[in-house]
Amino acid sequence: MKVTDIVKALDLKVFSGEGGLDRDVSGGYVSDLLSDVMGNADTGQVWLTLQTHKNVMAIASLKDLAAVILVGGHKPDENTAMQSNEEDIPVLGTNLPAFDICGKLYELIYNT
Amino acid sequence: MAERMQFEYNVDGGNFTRAGYASSEIKKILKKLNVDLAVIKRTVVASYEGEVNIVAHAYSGTIYVDIDTERIRIRLQDEGPGIPDIDKAMEEGFSTASSQVREMGFGAGMGLPNMKKNTDRMEITSEVGKGTTVEIEIVLK
Ligand SMILES: Nc1ncnc2c1ncn2[C@@H]1O[C@H](COP(=O)(O)OP(=O)(O)O)[C@@H](O)[C@H]1O
Ligand SMILES: [Mg+2]
Repeated sequence: MKVTDIVKALDLKVFSGEGGLDRDVSGGYVSDLLSDVMGNADTGQVWLTLQTHKNVMAIASLKDLAAVILVGGHKPDENTAMQSNEEDIPVLGTNLPAFDICGKLYELIYNT
Repeated sequence: MAERMQFEYNVDGGNFTRAGYASSEIKKILKKLNVDLAVIKRTVVASYEGEVNIVAHAYSGTIYVDIDTERIRIRLQDEGPGIPDIDKAMEEGFSTASSQVREMGFGAGMGLPNMKKNTDRMEITSEVGKGTTVEIEIVLK
């Protein structure tokens, strides 16, 4: 499954990093604690968070994540979007709260 | 690869916009050297946490990287407040980070434990009022 498939199926907004929409997705990880993501997320996962600052992209890039989904209507800071474009790691968005979007994403990745 | 390579990066305390820059440079070098992917992953986790600790807790610091055919050694040396109780600092969940830093999602108290978990050797020396040096080593298989 590609990031673009998730965008279409879950009707996500693409804020930035369009160049990375064809990245392969291996799974997902949900956390707003950066060290938790650093220590426990894995390559190719989609990261769901409400953190919007630039350090999110530093972590996404260091961990080779497939994309970031900002939950609950959050929008990326300007320099977050800029780094997302430079790294070709998409920042996506949804108005749904974390629980709801996680449920849908889980269903999509593991049961379709 | 060459027998031995050494690099160093300066890190500014308090500058969160640049946090992760040194670790990203280290990752690029290790990739170029075709270091095993699992080793790169571990190194990156440890170096990022060490880098962020300088940004979050110290005034300024330098990251020294020393790579040879046997191992990766990283020394993170800072001028800062130092760590009064290193055993306490190593405990999962212990953090003195400000509420502002916590709101950004830092300050979970998982940084030093993450460094320990992802390295083959880790040593902290610190002097209160002067600074802290964290040395980590990852063995190349
Ligand atoms: N370089 C440093 N200088 C001063 N204190 C530090 C340094 N690194 C870690 N510490 C202390 O150790 C604690 C635990 O560090 P860590 O496990 O990385 O958690 P966190 O950074 O999330 O607080 C910090 O809150 C701080 O009190
Ligand atoms: Mg830390």
